[in-house]
Parts: sequence; structure tokens; C-alpha cells
Amino acid sequence: MDFATFLVQCLNAVQYGLLLFLVASGLTLIFGIMGVINLAHGSFYMIGAYLAFSLAPVFGGAFLPTLAAGLVLAVIFGYLLEWLFISYLYERDHLQQVLMTYGLILVFEELRSILVGNDVHGVPVPGWLSGSIQLGDLMAYPVYRLVISGVCLAVAALLYFVIARTRLGMMVRAGGSNREMVQSLGIDIKFLYRVVFAAGVALAVLAGMIAAPVSSVYPGMGAQVLIVCFVVVVIGGIGSVRGAFLAALLVGIVDTFGKVLFPQVAGITIYLLMAAILLWRPEGLFRQG
Amino acid sequence: MSARARLAAPLVVTAAFAAFPLLVTGFYLEFTTKVMILAIFALSLELLVGATGLVSLGHAAYFGIAAYATLLLSPQYTAANFFWLLPATMVCAAIYALAVGALSLRTKGVYFIMVTLAFAQMAYYVFHDTPLGGGTDGIYLNVKPAVAIAGWTIVDLGNPRTYYYVVFGCLVLVFAFLAILLESRFGRALAGIKSNEQRMRAAGFPTFWYKLAAFTLAGALAGLSGFLVAVKDGFVNPEMLSWHESGAVLLMLILGGMGRLSGAVLGAFAFALLQLFFQWEVVFGNFAQHWQLLLGGTIIASVAFMPQGLIGLPAQLRAWRSRRAARARDA
Amino acid sequence: MPERRDVLLRARGVSRRFGGLTAVSDVSLDLAEGEIHAVIGTNGAGKSTLINVLAGEIAITSGSVELLGADVTTWSQPKRARAGLGRSYQRTTIFPRFTVFENCRMTAQARWPVPWNWWTAAGNCPMSNAAAAEALEKTGLAGLESRIAGALSHGEKRQLEIAMCLATHPKVLLLDEPLAGMGPEETERMLGLLAGLKAGRAVLLVEHDMDAVFRVSDRITVMVNGSVIASGAPPAVRADPEVQTAYLGEVHVD
Repeated sequence: MDFATFLVQCLNAVQYGLLLFLVASGLTLIFGIMGVINLAHGSFYMIGAYLAFSLAPVFGGAFLPTLAAGLVLAVIFGYLLEWLFISYLYERDHLQQVLMTYGLILVFEELRSILVGNDVHGVPVPGWLSGSIQLGDLMAYPVYRLVISGVCLAVAALLYFVIARTRLGMMVRAGGSNREMVQSLGIDIKFLYRVVFAAGVALAVLAGMIAAPVSSVYPGMGAQVLIVCFVVVVIGGIGSVRGAFLAALLVGIVDTFGKVLFPQVAGITIYLLMAAILLWRPEGLFRQG
Repeated sequence: MSARARLAAPLVVTAAFAAFPLLVTGFYLEFTTKVMILAIFALSLELLVGATGLVSLGHAAYFGIAAYATLLLSPQYTAANFFWLLPATMVCAAIYALAVGALSLRTKGVYFIMVTLAFAQMAYYVFHDTPLGGGTDGIYLNVKPAVAIAGWTIVDLGNPRTYYYVVFGCLVLVFAFLAILLESRFGRALAGIKSNEQRMRAAGFPTFWYKLAAFTLAGALAGLSGFLVAVKDGFVNPEMLSWHESGAVLLMLILGGMGRLSGAVLGAFAFALLQLFFQWEVVFGNFAQHWQLLLGGTIIASVAFMPQGLIGLPAQLRAWRSRRAARARDA
Repeated sequence: MPERRDVLLRARGVSRRFGGLTAVSDVSLDLAEGEIHAVIGTNGAGKSTLINVLAGEIAITSGSVELLGADVTTWSQPKRARAGLGRSYQRTTIFPRFTVFENCRMTAQARWPVPWNWWTAAGNCPMSNAAAAEALEKTGLAGLESRIAGALSHGEKRQLEIAMCLATHPKVLLLDEPLAGMGPEETERMLGLLAGLKAGRAVLLVEHDMDAVFRVSDRITVMVNGSVIASGAPPAVRADPEVQTAYLGEVHVD
């Protein structure tokens, strides 16, 4: 592998890892704070990609308005979903959470099939971002992929800021560790949960929307990303956004280079990584204690 | 329920199943055979979820691995011998279950759910991506295994009615085996682990090994159902290992009611009938092709309103009625 | 330290750190046969952590634990339990959906596990049945065998937990606040029970009820901030000025 190829693969690995982080951070926040394992989280990613596909004509293909409209819809959708379904699950055991969110997946997939159909679609890269940057003499790297990484990094920084520095973040941190304490502080925990869930949905939808132009939009994409995110969360340690960030990058690197170096076993490299980490540190790589 | 009634009910059910093929042929026979195989699959998961409290979301892996093993271990143009092929496929499933169990049981709770699902997905990719499994299209079985001793064929697995009885026999055996197992010291230890693992460890039970044994055994039994389905259909594809399948079998358990073996069997039938009903074009017309929407809605509703499953429904109704009566009295 | 009766459990320099916090610091103690050895101290003094470390439930940071003459420092909790170490928990730890008898039979089974025998019903194991019946008899729960454990009164649950320990025939018992949350009558019953436990056994008792501790204990160790500040016979500990200022004074206020 020459240096330019290596560089391109590195950029791809980071871009994929950062995208995974957007989805996995919502998953881990929802579990860490609300105690709900949400199998339907991958569906939100799928919904995001399909939103990018179906909203684009509405806004005449303008990228930013599509993105903004998608995010607004995602927040409303997440808010309603928490209210209608997820709020049933707080005192239930994991099994029932798994089943209800599994039911939600079936519903989302089928609604998607009814509304948009089962075809594979493509979403064009926005015109003003469709250029490439020359790497070396032969390689060029698309600007849009760099933009994806940039957006993800910005979101990661925002998330870090919100959790570490703001009052909302304090409530979030307290809500994860001590439900009664939060309530005794006079914080409306129901509202907090609804906000966290809506934010988690928005993160996954955002990931799906910005990923749509580089990966095709296809029916099984939600489940596929969900399971990879589980691997991320297992490696990173659940409930930890920092762990999810580092683990997502690690998974992105292993998956990307696995595809290049060992194409025969490309599908299973990240699971082997997870197996190795379970042997070494079953509580996750980045967890204290 | 009196002791006689308790004994009578299973006998009546068993007799009805035994007599069933004498009355019907074709679709209904095949359908019932398939559902009985699903019931074995559900029973194997009940050993984990209902009896030991381990929620595995990757149980289809063992089912699918054994199904693939059935085809891959069969000679291409001659019949394999049933008596070694069946144990061999179950061992294949059990070995993967042992490996996955050894890793995933190092984690707890929600991690365990995610890890089992991830390892099932790994097995899925192995068959999906490599030439071994024939890719998305799957592979076909040319000759069904022969139930033969010293070259003399005893029963013909190709005959649907005969096969029905083979599957039925397996179901009865698995049910009886698990019923006895769960009452044994091993089974009670699993129940203790489900109820309070901390206390079991404090008493001196090396609970990891008990759970690993249960996990491996459950894998082997899921392998039995995978073998039966592969021989029945003569065809396997990667979807047998998909997480949809793992979710469906969990759903069977919750539909039937957790914690009872009969719940697993009831759940398998309830699930299959529900699926059949939602796909019924007479009732749903063109909408029948979107049966997953109705299924998903039913799951959501049943988790929200029927947490004890079908088997718990009478008790739940009684509780609801007495609550309503109490409220009427208070008013 | 003068040699006393047979020492069944010997802890030397036991420490446990959680990150920067030292919960148990260099604790040495001997549990002798026929004695109730109480460990007292304010909340957060490290008593429960000490029990957890001795039982093998959480890993030791440094130090050693010897059980019946064998070095068990690296042994897992179940292995120590099978070697004769029983424990109770601060929060009652029973099998709530099973009957009282099944609760005891379940733990008794740990002594005769035979996990591969899947065809004999657990109820047909005469050894564990006898051990369970004997443990219930000793703890005064005889007659309640068929009650569902979760429906017992709080005091009865605590008694049951001790019966579940006894059913495994432990030589060393670690009891974490067996009197917590009990009324005066239940406390009396439990104290009678505790006094009967020490014959042939060593008992470690962590307890907040000072009157009770001074009534039943043969030896008392006082912990403050993870360290032992005093250890000895009850009158000597009561008279110790350091103990008075550090601990006993506060208790008499409430």
C-alpha cells in the first residue's frame, strides 16, 4: 500500500468511525440515562437517509434546508415516540425493552416500504461540495467526505460541551447516576428523558442524512448500523460518550483496514475485535474500574 | 387444578398431535411440522431466557449453523446417515455456542444482549460473504439423510407424514428432557441464578460454568431444530441466522409466556398462526403483503398491555376484574 | 497477639482501594472458633468492603486471607464458599419467589452439586433436604417451610438468610448488619440466634446496634476510615479513649 492509498484509507476510516459515533452516542446516552436498550435506534439512521432522499425534491435539492427540515422532523418524531412508546419501558426488564423496540423496527421498516418502496436509491452530493482534493499525483479525495468528518467532529465537540458544561448536561449526568436525586432537585425527569431521547433520535437521523450521499439508501441499512453500534458500545463501555467516541474510531479503522488487508474476512473483523476486547477487558475498553 | 386434570391436559394435547396427520395432508401437515420445529427452537431459548434469566438476542445463529452444517456435511450425491449427521450438526451448533457463551457470559445484562446479537451477526456474515455458504442464495440439499441401520432404511424422511412424526417425537423428547432437567439440581441451580445470582455465588456455586453449560445446551437444542428444518426444506440461506429470526424466537417466548415450557410451545403456535393470519389476503387484501406492520403493532401492544404473555392472560384478566369490582365497591 | 483458640480465618494487611479512595487499609484480624468477633465503625468506615474482600466478592488490592489454614487470597468467591465461608448481606439476599424450604435446599445443594445429574429431581437429594431442614430448625423457622420467601416479614427474611448460610455448613460466617431494620422483639430473637451460631464456628459480625454488639461479642474491632484503631475484648474497647472520641461518643447522641 503506497502512502497516498494509506492516507485515503485513513480518512475513510475516520469518516466512517465518526459517523458511527453519531449513531452510537445516541444509543449510549439513551441507555446510560434512561436505562432503555433501544433496538430501533438503527431505524432512525435509516429514516435519516430516507428523509434526505425524499425531502431533497421538496427543497429543490438544496442541501442545508433539507438537513434543517430533517432535524426538526427528527426532534418532533423522537419527542412523540418517547411519549407514545418508550415511556412504557422505564420500569420494565431488558427483555420487554428488546421486544417493544424490535416491534418498532418492524413497523418502521414496513412503513418505509409502504411510503418509499423497497428500491435502493442514491442521493446526489450537493453541488457546492462535490469537488475533490488532490492527494499526491494519482489520488483525489472527495470534499464531501471531509465535510462529513467535520460535521461529526463539530457535533462531538458540541455534545462534549453540553454534557460537561451546561445545566442540561449536569441534569443528564445526574439523571444517569441517581434518579431520585434529580427528582429531589426539582427537575422534571419526564421532560429530561424526552429531551434526551429526541436528541438521540436527532443524532442518528443527522448521521443518516449526511451519510446518504456517500452510501446508497437501502432497506436493511438500519439493522446493519445498529449491530455495528452495539459493537462500538460494548467496546467503549455503555453510558460513556467519550468511550463511544474512541471505540467508534477504533471500529472505523479496523473495519476499513480489514476490508483492504483481509478482504476474505472483511465482514467479521470488527466482531473479532470485540471478541478480543471481551477476553481482555469485558467491562469495555474505556470504562473506569 | 386437580392432579388428574394436570396429567390429563398434556395427554390430550399429545394424543391430538399424534392423531393430526391421520386427518389432514398437504399444507396443514407441513405447516404444523414447521411450527413444531419452531417450538423446539423456542424451547431451547426458554432454557436460557425463562429458566436461567439470560436474554440472548442471537439464538438464530445456532439454529442456522446446524442447518448449514446439515447441508455441508451431507455427501453430494448420496444420503448421509441420520444417526451421525444429527449429532454432528448439534455439536457444530454447540461448539459455536460454547465459544460465544464463554465470551458473552463475561458480561451482564444489556451487554450480554448486544454481544450475543453481534456474534450472531458474525456467523451471519460468515455464511453470507464466503463461498462456503453460497452467499445470499443459500445452498440446496440434494439427498435427504437416510434413517438407516446397516444399510437398511427404517423410515423415509421424504414422506411428509413420516417426517411429521419424526419432528413430533423430537418435540416430545425435548420437552420431556427439559422438564426433567429443570427439576434436577442443575435446573434448580439455574433457577437460583435467575432469581439471585449473588446469593448463588455466596453459597458456593460457580455460576459462570452453570450458565455456560446452559448456553451450550441451548445452542445444541437450537441446532436440533436447525437440522430438522434443513432436512424438511432441503434448503438453507443466511436469513436463517439473521437477527429477525433471533427476535422472532424471543417474541414467541413472550407471546406464550415466560418461565414455563408450555409457554414456549404455545408461543411458537401463536406466532406462526398470527403470521399466517396477517398474511391472509381474504381478510387484509393487498395490505397482507405488509403483514410485518401488523405483527410489529401486535408486539408493541402485547408488550405494553400483556407483559405476562398468553399464559398469564387469565390471571391478568382476573386481577383486572377484581380491581374493577373493588373500584365499583368503593364508588 | 497471644494465641487463642483455633483461628479459622486470618486476614493480614488487607487493603482495598477504589481509584484514589482507600476503603480498607491494612486490616489484620483473626476469627477464632467459638467467638463472635464484631467489627464496628461509622458509615463508610469500610466494614462492608472488608466483608466483601474477605468473602472474595471484590478483589483484594494487597494483603492475604487464610481460611482454615489455606491461603485463599486468589480464590474466587464460590470456591471460598465451598471451603466453608458463609456470608449474609446488608440488604436481604434471598430467592423471593421460592418457598422457605427451597431457599435453603438451593444453597445446601452447593455442597453436593453433581451438576451433570439431570435426571434426578432436586427434591430427591436426601443430603440437601436434611441440611435445609436442620438449618431451618436451628434458626427457628421450622413450620414456615412452605411459605413463599418473598412474603415473610422482614425479621423472618433476615433469619432465612442466615438459615441459607447455615445450610451450606460454613465454618466461618460473615454477617453484614443482621439486625438492620429490626424491631426490638425481632432483635431479641436474632441475638439469641447469633449467640447459638458460634459453637464450632467463627463469626464476624458487622453491626450498628452498639448495645447488641457489646452483649453478644467476644471480641470487637473498631474501624475508622478503613483502618483499625482498636481491637480487643468489649470492656477494653469501651474504655479505649480513642474509640470514645472517634466513634462511641457519636452513637450515644442519637
